[in-house]
Amino acid sequence: MNWDWGVVADFMPYFWSGLLTTLQALAWGTLIAFSLGLVWAIAVRGPAFVRWPVLGFTEFIRNTPLLVQLFFLFFVLPEWGPTVPVMVAGAVGLGLHYSTYTMEVYRAGIEAVPVGQWEAAHALSMSPRRTWQSVILPQAFRRSVPALGNYVIAMLKETPLIATIGLMEMLGEARAFGTETFRFMEPYTVVGIAFVLVAYPASLLIRALERRLVTH
Amino acid sequence: MDTPQSTQDDPARPTADATKPDADPAAVPGAGDGHREDGPELIRFQDVTKRFGELTVLDDLCFSVYPRKHVTLIGPSGSGKTTILRLLMTLVKPDEGTITVDGEHLTHEERNGKLVPAGEKHIREVRKKIGMVFQQFNLFPNMRVLRNVTEAPVHVLGMSKDEAEARARDLIELVGLTDHIDKYPTQLSGGQQQRVAIARALAMRPKVLLLDEVTSALDPEMVAGVLDVLRDIAHTTEITMLCVTHEMSFARDISDCVMMFDKGRIVEAAPPEQLFGDPRHQRTRDFLRSVQ
Amino acid sequence: MTWGLFTTWILPGLWVTVQVTVFSAALAFTVALAIGTLRTSRWWIVRFLSGAYFEIFRGTSALVMLFWFAFAFPLIFGYELVPMWAGVLALGLTYGAYGSEIVRGALAAVPVAQREAGIALSFTPMQRLRRVEFPQAWPEMVAPLNALTIELMKGTALVSVISVSDLAFAGNVIRLSTGDNAPVYTLLLVMYFLLAFVITRGMRVVERQAKKGVGQEPERVPLFRKRGAGSPGAAGDTRAMGGVNA
Repeated sequence: MNWDWGVVADFMPYFWSGLLTTLQALAWGTLIAFSLGLVWAIAVRGPAFVRWPVLGFTEFIRNTPLLVQLFFLFFVLPEWGPTVPVMVAGAVGLGLHYSTYTMEVYRAGIEAVPVGQWEAAHALSMSPRRTWQSVILPQAFRRSVPALGNYVIAMLKETPLIATIGLMEMLGEARAFGTETFRFMEPYTVVGIAFVLVAYPASLLIRALERRLVTH
Repeated sequence: MDTPQSTQDDPARPTADATKPDADPAAVPGAGDGHREDGPELIRFQDVTKRFGELTVLDDLCFSVYPRKHVTLIGPSGSGKTTILRLLMTLVKPDEGTITVDGEHLTHEERNGKLVPAGEKHIREVRKKIGMVFQQFNLFPNMRVLRNVTEAPVHVLGMSKDEAEARARDLIELVGLTDHIDKYPTQLSGGQQQRVAIARALAMRPKVLLLDEVTSALDPEMVAGVLDVLRDIAHTTEITMLCVTHEMSFARDISDCVMMFDKGRIVEAAPPEQLFGDPRHQRTRDFLRSVQ
Repeated sequence: MTWGLFTTWILPGLWVTVQVTVFSAALAFTVALAIGTLRTSRWWIVRFLSGAYFEIFRGTSALVMLFWFAFAFPLIFGYELVPMWAGVLALGLTYGAYGSEIVRGALAAVPVAQREAGIALSFTPMQRLRRVEFPQAWPEMVAPLNALTIELMKGTALVSVISVSDLAFAGNVIRLSTGDNAPVYTLLLVMYFLLAFVITRGMRVVERQAKKGVGQEPERVPLFRKRGAGSPGAAGDTRAMGGVNA
């Protein structure tokens, strides 16, 4: 079967719509992953009855497939409550899964803040909240940025999983297009290349950012 | 790079001699024109220049080392002493000039009567004649002491495992570590590791042993043990040695010739009694005073 | 959900998941070693080609690769892969690319002095790699490879999308036939978690052996290894791009 640029042209409108959906899911997923991860990271420094459940839960999430978690969110949660729109289930699934990774990034960043900083804050009679907010987290976050960026790219590459519960992102569009026209080669190849085209410059950007943060 | 034409007898090229600039060849055994009874030179540097960027580390250097002689290089840090050893080990390549080992070109080989840059295989063949002991020992941490010593003889020289092990045991005994033969390098002290490194180098039956500041990385109380082993080897074997060292008493003990090195050139080369007792150059006197 | 569904779908599904994991891990490991080593080559063209492989397979999504091998590959090469092998191929090649970064990083971390010692003993470049550099790099690789193997195991769930009847596929079948969504997916998650646990335990043994092999005392490690970046970039998880040894 020969490559047909006409098919590519036909696919492009669907592709752009899929790309937009992919980026939306990625944006929401990132927001959830970044904030929830921070919650986990602070929670595990708390008392044991908070620490152990959080550690157990995040360990469980991190060691099980995102795909099955998405099925769980999309098919099981409605049994207990209202139906979740597929975009919400997708973004929450993605964000929750990756929050268990960003949590480790934050933890490492927090642990890298010298003990002297805690002591200094204590000596200045800062409240725990103030200590976290103006002393610890700003320093921890700075160290965490490159690693967090890496996970955004990793998440980007996992967004196609949401197609399996019906979200029409890039892969979903490609699959639908293929089923309709019986042309699979062009849409899948276009989508594959699109990932490389987004991910590779992004990874270069993160490496540059990393160097900057290391040298400063 | 041209084919070396001149010999050190060539009066037009007085630099082809470690005795430069104060030529008293007869008094300098082991290096230069002195003792020809040992046959042709084993190592010969001919007009060798080595630069690292702007910095000229070796400047048109010429010298020879004769078989069974022990030659020591002394001089301030950064004077290019270690570069000489690294050139011989082909860890770096010269920018100009040629190096021969036992009559064979080290960095070039003859093909159809022409000298061309040597292939990996030729380099390896010539290099087998040279053993090296490093400042930082560089033992293989993934092998026990015995295997550190047998690995290269078995896989490079093609020695049988039994033979290599028998020889290794002898060498390990020679350096006094028979009790530690089954340990990993990380379980040994620095001095012990360095003695294993000496055994490892000797196991390849090199004609020349290069010693690169072998005691510099050791705790002071470990130095004597390593130097004793080397003295023993120097006095009881026929091996040729080329050492870079900061241990002046060791240099005095084992050397046939000491070469004072500065700024990529040989300032003075003489038997140890003379060089330490009555150095002719101001630069040598200054240096010796500074290390005492 | 009934016992019958369990034995007709879940157990065979588990077996398929294990198979896909083992086969694609074997392929990924081979690819990681080959590409990781080639990326340290002396020849720029070899470095360039192996680096290009790495960037392409790391840059794209495993699921897209899977679809490509299942649907585009047969059209181009006129040869249809059995779905399971399409899955193994896509996962193995993708995770092999991630793994090559671990191998390359560990090889690059072997001190230069060790290479010089190898040269001084006249080893050939191949002998140096096999006898000196690789054995020392290996203990450093095990922990990140463990993390990667778990990522791979999780990734095997993707093959259900191209109708390979693995665990995740079995879950979907049971959902469609019984509607027992909650127990089925909970059971699935627990089974995947147990698989991850088994892999981690196994790799711990490998790691202990590897560390002993270079005379190091193995350190004590928690139940699951901490993953997801220590200091920026020192992550065990190489799905994150530019992560390891950057």
